[in-house]
Amino acid sequence: MSHVDPSAPLEGKPSKATERKLKNEARTQIVSFVFMIFITSTAFLTVASDVIPTHFAIPFILMLAGVQVVMQLYYFMHMNAKGNGWINVMLWSGMFVAALTVAALTVIIGETKF
Amino acid sequence: MADQHAAANQPLPANPEKATLEGRNKYLGFWFFLGGETVLFGSLFGAYLGLRGSTEGAPGPDELFHLDLVFIMTMILLTSSLTSVFAVINLKRGHFKKLLVWMWATVALGAAFLSFEIYEFYEYYHQGLGFTVSAFASSFYTLVGTHGAHVAFGVAWITTLLIRYRKSGITLSNAPKFYTAVLYWHFIDVVWVFIFTVVYLLGVGG
Repeated sequence: MSHVDPSAPLEGKPSKATERKLKNEARTQIVSFVFMIFITSTAFLTVASDVIPTHFAIPFILMLAGVQVVMQLYYFMHMNAKGNGWINVMLWSGMFVAALTVAALTVIIGETKF
Repeated sequence: MADQHAAANQPLPANPEKATLEGRNKYLGFWFFLGGETVLFGSLFGAYLGLRGSTEGAPGPDELFHLDLVFIMTMILLTSSLTSVFAVINLKRGHFKKLLVWMWATVALGAAFLSFEIYEFYEYYHQGLGFTVSAFASSFYTLVGTHGAHVAFGVAWITTLLIRYRKSGITLSNAPKFYTAVLYWHFIDVVWVFIFTVVYLLGVGG
């Protein structure tokens, strides 16, 4: 590995273990995709239907969005993979600051009234 | 010559995108960038939530938004997330042709999403929602437009990669580039989940 040429095409197949891992991964991802389609449709139907009261619909669709985002981050973007500690730190601190910003701006602008 | 021959037959590692130090650095740095992007969108969401009630007599969310159009756009973007997942799986399996096909599919879906968004903004403009008519209009166009700009950038980025590496095969130097582009694409979808929920669904139902 001392004279590795990064622009040389990689050849051959992944190992049996990797192949098995990829197969499981693909299955998990397809299942999560179907589930995400399902919760997205649920969120749209909740708002589109007149039967469901607003005070239930709002927290419910926000929760569905949270579930979907976590699934994207962990199953599609592999944040749950080994050795991704710093990646989790970076994204979740970003989320934390973003949540504070949303809360602060909503309250401040909401109080000022433009 | 002997060295070159050895290099030309490199075996495929389990994670080609993280097999070199440069690849690992790109991966880590890119997540750092995504943390920053989260904060950028957080501030735009905050501004929108604070201002969305200030329509100043101009059309408001409940008059403008059509859930059917937003639903189609959401499905397109969600599907493009899946096609880019397939691209990464083929990258790790060493199937270069399939990687290119799934990436082109992602680009096509991204372009479809963008054309729907342009149509949508065009419609709103003709219904009297100019950028400066109300605080709601400005914050809406800024938030959703910034997301749309990210989609446009993602489409341009992936297209550039696909043209640049159309014949090269998977290499240790281009694997991290395809991988980070896919991460960016998923992030675009993550932001859209919040947009369709907070902007469109709450705009119509809340």
